Amino acid sequence: MGKPKVAFYWCASCGGCEEAVVDLNEGILPVVDAVDIVFWPVALDFKRKDVEHMQDGEIAVCFINGAVRTSEQEEMVKLLRKKSGLVVAFGSCAHLGGIPGLSNFTTREETLHRAYLGVPSLSNIMEITPQEKTESEFGILELPEFYNTVFTLDQVIDVDYYLPGCPPPVDLIVTAVTAILEGKLPPKGTVLASKKTLCETCERNKTKPEKLAIKEFKRVYEIDIDPEKCFLEQGLICLGPVTRGGCGERCIHGNMPCRGCFGTVDIVVDMGAKFLSALSSLIDSNDENEIKRIVGSIADPAGTFYRFSLPASKLRRTRMEA
Amino acid sequence: MNDNNDFSPKIVGFLCRWCSYQGADLAGTSRIEYPPNLIPIRVMCSGRVDPVFVMKAFSEGADGVMIFGCHPGDCHYKEGNYKAIRRFHLLKKMLNQFGIEDERFRLEWVSAAEGDLFAEIVKDASEKIKSLGPLNWKERVGV
Repeated sequence: MGKPKVAFYWCASCGGCEEAVVDLNEGILPVVDAVDIVFWPVALDFKRKDVEHMQDGEIAVCFINGAVRTSEQEEMVKLLRKKSGLVVAFGSCAHLGGIPGLSNFTTREETLHRAYLGVPSLSNIMEITPQEKTESEFGILELPEFYNTVFTLDQVIDVDYYLPGCPPPVDLIVTAVTAILEGKLPPKGTVLASKKTLCETCERNKTKPEKLAIKEFKRVYEIDIDPEKCFLEQGLICLGPVTRGGCGERCIHGNMPCRGCFGTVDIVVDMGAKFLSALSSLIDSNDENEIKRIVGSIADPAGTFYRFSLPASKLRRTRMEA
Repeated sequence: MNDNNDFSPKIVGFLCRWCSYQGADLAGTSRIEYPPNLIPIRVMCSGRVDPVFVMKAFSEGADGVMIFGCHPGDCHYKEGNYKAIRRFHLLKKMLNQFGIEDERFRLEWVSAAEGDLFAEIVKDASEKIKSLGPLNWKERVGV
């Protein structure tokens, strides 16, 4: 028996999750000692056919980051699922859809138009847009299909564990990898982070008043943020009440409110709706017109409450005409 | 507009147990006729209606969702219906972003004595949603 084989793959993502693996620094050395990395497109020159030639289940664990939105990504994750014993959804995008998932507020046409024609700084005089099939002197060239909807990894394949975060923090990666190597595995489907919400461990919880009451919602650029006070008390939208903890509170320490990249805790069905419920009960008014005014000060509720989790929500995307 | 006259909307109604459910009961015992489109669900208070319930109803096939509560000032728990107002306006704004029209999601006040008003509201909502056509969420989002 050789060393256990490990693979990494990326789908619709920014590359930050790959960076997080590199951020292990010298901590990656014992990992590299203990395993064989057999596939990692960003770092190693293995091809798809190398994976195809492997036995089913030959890869002990495969870490996949990024959401699924093209036919190529779908094929690759299905292939990797077949060849892997364990699949870990790595990072917010694979876990919940992440930032690419926000494009579920538009259609495929709108997204491509914006990216290839609409951006003001763009120069595309020939108005070239990606085509699935292009005829050339070398024959027909093909590109993968770009789907209308962004999917989370577990909407496409069976997922064993989730490592949340944008990107997942180094300590959680180390704990997860160690647990897998030592075979000390939690039940399937576990999100490998805290079971509690961020608010429960947040230092600013100590200074939070008994009852929060909000007269107007502010955006971070509009005020000088007090580095000690609860963000909600300052009228800033902080997703701490519904977001899973364990992230090390990097944003909070940077004096920025939580944006929800860890997703929500196990008992919550729909993160955005639950947060909406919590937030609106803090509105400090019983007068319908004033309530409407205060609600109006939230510029983009759907995009804010589902910033990282739109594809994983109950509604999943905006409506398209049938 | 939808020309299909066969379409009969499915509306999920959350009715507060103290006022609106009694109002709906009164509409029934008074033999007031109104369309059969509302599926009533009795809740303890309009403030108990979690936005998740609403999202779930829409995602699983409701053409409309309505929340019925006691008139402001009449809440059995003093301020549950004020919480409902706050959630309602924010949720309506968010549902708009998903492409769900205002007419599909309503918050109404019906007291235990207002059986006729209850019937009137359900009739109005059914007609408006009928003219919008089916929501058919799963099919529309293509998943």
